[in-house]
Amino acid sequence: MQTQGTFLRGFRQGFWSGLPFALVLGPFGMLFGVIATEAGLNLVEVMGFSVLVIAGAAQVTALSLMNENAPVLIVVFTALAVNMRMAIYSAALVEHFGRFPLWKRAVAAYWLFDQPFAMTSVDITKNPQRPREERFGFYLGVAIPLGILWYVVTYMGATLGDLLPTDIGMEFAIPATFLALVAPLLRSLPHLAAAFTSVAGTLAFASLPFNSGLLLAALLALIVGAEIEKRLERRRSADV
Amino acid sequence: MFDSSYVWTIIILLGAGTWMIRFSFMGLVGDRPLPAYLRRMLNYSAVAVLPGICAPIILTNKTGDFEPLRLIAAAAILIIGVWTQSLMKSISAGLLIYFGINALL
Repeated sequence: MQTQGTFLRGFRQGFWSGLPFALVLGPFGMLFGVIATEAGLNLVEVMGFSVLVIAGAAQVTALSLMNENAPVLIVVFTALAVNMRMAIYSAALVEHFGRFPLWKRAVAAYWLFDQPFAMTSVDITKNPQRPREERFGFYLGVAIPLGILWYVVTYMGATLGDLLPTDIGMEFAIPATFLALVAPLLRSLPHLAAAFTSVAGTLAFASLPFNSGLLLAALLALIVGAEIEKRLERRRSADV
Repeated sequence: MFDSSYVWTIIILLGAGTWMIRFSFMGLVGDRPLPAYLRRMLNYSAVAVLPGICAPIILTNKTGDFEPLRLIAAAAILIIGVWTQSLMKSISAGLLIYFGINALL
């Protein structure tokens, strides 16, 4: 009874903290529904993506490669590469959720997208004393309502996509979404250099088969980002 | 338009793979920390993949032609995004420029 009370209290607080993200996720999910339908997926397939994958950037990545008829494994690996950042989220939450029973960790993993992670890590700094159960409630309080919103707006977008003509160049919405996601990060030099490497590499390796140039460029970009970050840190510590 | 087995194989593998990435440390590795260099690299996973996907779509349309409007709209998104740090402002500006001007032409 006691644990349930703190779980619900956390959930309510999480719900209110996560609510502003609805403004971003709503239009983004809708856009995914529209692009996916325009690309030729039916309603069940579009919903399959949003329910089973529940990761916007990876979903749009998959779609973009499917538009180019890339083979299954290339589509999957490239989209998974976009999701690799979630391994960091998983590692960061071990300290807080790592001792829960397996089923709870399995459930927590399903909902681990950007916003619940971001809000929970902010909350960990602000309220370090929060009990585990309440923290779990907070996390799910951010995640579940936003996840359900994601399903609903995907559905709305898919319905809307059915009404739009198919020749309006909707595939441009893919880079539009991605550039908007990436742009705020480009004030940092390592991010900027990684992004530049990704573009230059993809164009340079464009002739490699099965879009594998994109993955190769991504690997180079990861190394460039990490190396520049390391050097900047070293220089900063040398200055002090 | 797509072969249904193609689509569902992708959805299921991508769904399972994404869940495994999310579960990885929480579920299996336990309290062991990530190697520092790997952690550093993973920080860049979004900027390492997404711009590469954008470049060809911005430079050529479905018929393989260069469409200046795509480059202009993309530049607007980047500039507004870096400047305002707002996803919504930059994407609405870009989509408005591209689809708005396209509709007028």
